[in-house]
Amino acid sequence: MIAAERLDHTGATGTGDTRSAPGETVAVRRLTLTDFRNYTALRLDLEPSPVVLIGPNGAGKTNLLEAVSLLTPGRGLRRARIADMDRIPDTGRRDGSVGISGAGWGVAAEVDSIVGPVQIGTGREAGSDRRSVRINGAPSSAQALSGYLGAVWVTPQMNQIFLESAGSRRRFLDRLIFATDPAHAGRVSSYEQAMRDRARLLKDRGPDGADKTWLSALEAQMAERGVAVAAARLDMTDRLGRVAAEGFGPFPGAVVAIEGDIEALLRDGPALAAEDAFRERLAAGRAQDAVAGGAGVGPHRCDLRVRHLEKDMDADQCSTGEQKALLMALVLAHARLLSAERGAVPLLLLDEVAAHLDETRRAALFEAIVEFGTQAWLTGTDESVFAPLAQSAQAYRVAGASLQAMGQATGP
Amino acid sequence: MNEIERVIQLLSRLPGLGPRSARRAALHMINRRESLMQPLAQALKDAGEAIKICGTCGNLDTADPCGVCSNPARDGTILCVVEQVADLWALERTASFKGRYHVLGGVLSAIDGVGPEDLNISALVERCSGEVKEVILATNLTVEGQTTAHYIIERLEPTGVAVTRLAHGVPVGGELDYLDDGTLSAALQARRALG
Ligand SMILES: Nc1ncnc2c1ncn2[C@@H]1O[C@H](COP(=O)(O)OP(=O)(O)O)[C@@H](O)[C@H]1O
Ligand SMILES: [Mg+2]
Ligand SMILES: [Zn+2]
Repeated sequence: MIAAERLDHTGATGTGDTRSAPGETVAVRRLTLTDFRNYTALRLDLEPSPVVLIGPNGAGKTNLLEAVSLLTPGRGLRRARIADMDRIPDTGRRDGSVGISGAGWGVAAEVDSIVGPVQIGTGREAGSDRRSVRINGAPSSAQALSGYLGAVWVTPQMNQIFLESAGSRRRFLDRLIFATDPAHAGRVSSYEQAMRDRARLLKDRGPDGADKTWLSALEAQMAERGVAVAAARLDMTDRLGRVAAEGFGPFPGAVVAIEGDIEALLRDGPALAAEDAFRERLAAGRAQDAVAGGAGVGPHRCDLRVRHLEKDMDADQCSTGEQKALLMALVLAHARLLSAERGAVPLLLLDEVAAHLDETRRAALFEAIVEFGTQAWLTGTDESVFAPLAQSAQAYRVAGASLQAMGQATGP
Repeated sequence: MNEIERVIQLLSRLPGLGPRSARRAALHMINRRESLMQPLAQALKDAGEAIKICGTCGNLDTADPCGVCSNPARDGTILCVVEQVADLWALERTASFKGRYHVLGGVLSAIDGVGPEDLNISALVERCSGEVKEVILATNLTVEGQTTAHYIIERLEPTGVAVTRLAHGVPVGGELDYLDDGTLSAALQARRALG
C-alpha cells in the first residue's frame, strides 16, 4: 500500500531533480571501450550533435551503438549475454587459439545527463557473469542509470516487432518509459524478482505445501509493484497516443493502446482496488501457476497494440514498409513528447534505419533530429545518404576497429 | 599447501578481498610479524572463543544475553527487527535508538532456499507476546526485505503489537548497512505505522 508512494519518493533520491531545464541536451561526450566486442581500446571525444557512423558490414558500427545502449538499464540493443561482449582475440595469434578472452570488458562514458555531467562505467569483471555499473566512480545498479539518461533504439531486428511475441513490444514500451521515469526500471525488475521467487516456492513445495503467509507476502509485493508498472505503462501509452495520433510529417499516424488485465483494472477503478483484485487473482491461480510456472495474470502479460491510423489497420496486418514507418513514427512521437514535456530528448540509436527510408521520410527524420537537438547515432554503409546532415552532425568512418573523423563537422 | 599459502587462501575468503589483495595483506602482516601478525592471531583466537550469539536477540557479543539485551536503560517495549547483525551495529552507531533488537539472520528467498523456518521469526513472535508493545521493521528495501517484512506483519497480527516501518530515504534495493548515520537516524525518527 505504501510501496508506490515510497518508490516514487526513493526514485528521486540520489538522482536529484529529474527534470532538466528546457533545451538541455543529453549527450555522450566521451566514450571509452576496452575489450568490448571487436574493439580492443577505443576513445571517442564527441560533441552533443548527431553522430554518423559509416562503414562496411562487419566494421563494428552496431557494436558501438550497443556500447552506448549499455549506458542505460537492461541488456543493451542486442539483448546479448554479458559474457558475449568480451572481445574474442584474433585468430592465428600465439597458440592460434580462438576463444573467450574471459578477461571482461568495459564501457566508460562522460555524459551530459539530465542532471548534469556524470561519469558512467559499466562492464563485466573477470569471473563474474553480471554487469557492474559505476556512477561517478561509486558502485551502483543498472536501474539507477535511468536517472541520468535515456536511450531509444531502432535496429534491423526490430523490423519484426509487430509480428513477434508481446515481450518485444513490452520491452520497447518500457524503454520509452525509462527515458521519463527513473523509477520504472527498478519497479519492473523488482516485480519480476517477486514473481520468480513465488514461482520457485510453488514449484518446490507445491500450492498446498508452500507456506501460505509467505506466498501472500510475495503476492503482495507483486501486486504493489505490478500495479505501479502497469500504471506507468498506461500513462505512457496515453501520453504517447495523443502525440502519435497526429502523425509525424510523412510518417503515418498511429493509435496505441495497452492490452492487459491489470491495465484494464486500473482503467476501471482506483489503484488500491486494482492491487487487491490482482492479489486475489494470484491467490486463486496458485494451483495453475504451480503447474504452468510463472504467473497466469499480471503486467508481464500485457501487450502494446499499435494501429495504422489512416488505414485503420492493425500494425501486424500492414506491409513491411508500413510497419517500419509506424515504428519510426512512434519513436519520433516519443521524442516530440519528451521534447515538449521536459526539453530533454533521449539518445536515439538508429541502426541502418536511414538507408531504408524513402527520401521524403529520411529528410523528415533528419529535420526532426536537428530540431529536437538530440544526439542521434546513425549508422549506414553509404555516406551519401547522410549528406543532408553534413552541417549538423559529426561523421566517422568505421574500419578495422577504429574510427576516423570525416569532413569538417567534427571539430569543436 | 604451506602456512603462508594457507593464510592467503583464508584471507581471500573475506568480503572485498580477492586473491591479489589477500596476498598483499598477508605480506603486510608478515613484514610486521611481532607488531601485527601475532597480536592479530591472538585477538582472533580470543574473539573466536569468547563470541556468543545472543539467545534473546541474535546479536553477536562476548556475553549472552548481549550488552543491549542486558542493559536496563534500554526500552524493552520497542523492538527493532533487522536482517543481519551488521544492520544492528549500523543502527547502534547512530546512538539514536533506545529500544532493543531482533536479528532475523537473513531474508525470505525461495530462490536461495531460505524459508521462514530458517529465520529467527518464531522467537520474534514469542517475544511479542511478552512486554513488547511496538515493533519497528528495519528490513532492507529489496524485494526479499519487503516480502519478509510483509510476512512478519501477518505473523505478528495475533499478538496485537503495533508495527511500524523504517521510513528510509534509500534508493530501492538499498541496504541499511551502507547508509550514513544521519540518514539512518532520520529514518528511525520518521518511522510510520502500518495498517
Ligand atoms: N565478442 C566479440 N569479439 C570480437 N569481435 C566481435 C565480437 N562480437 C562481434 N564481433 C565482430 O564484430 C563485427 C560485427 O560488428 P558489427 O558492429 O555488427 O558490424 P556492423 O558495422 O556491420 O554493424 C563482426 O566482424 C564480428 O565478428
Ligand atoms: Mg550492424
Ligand atoms: Zn541480545
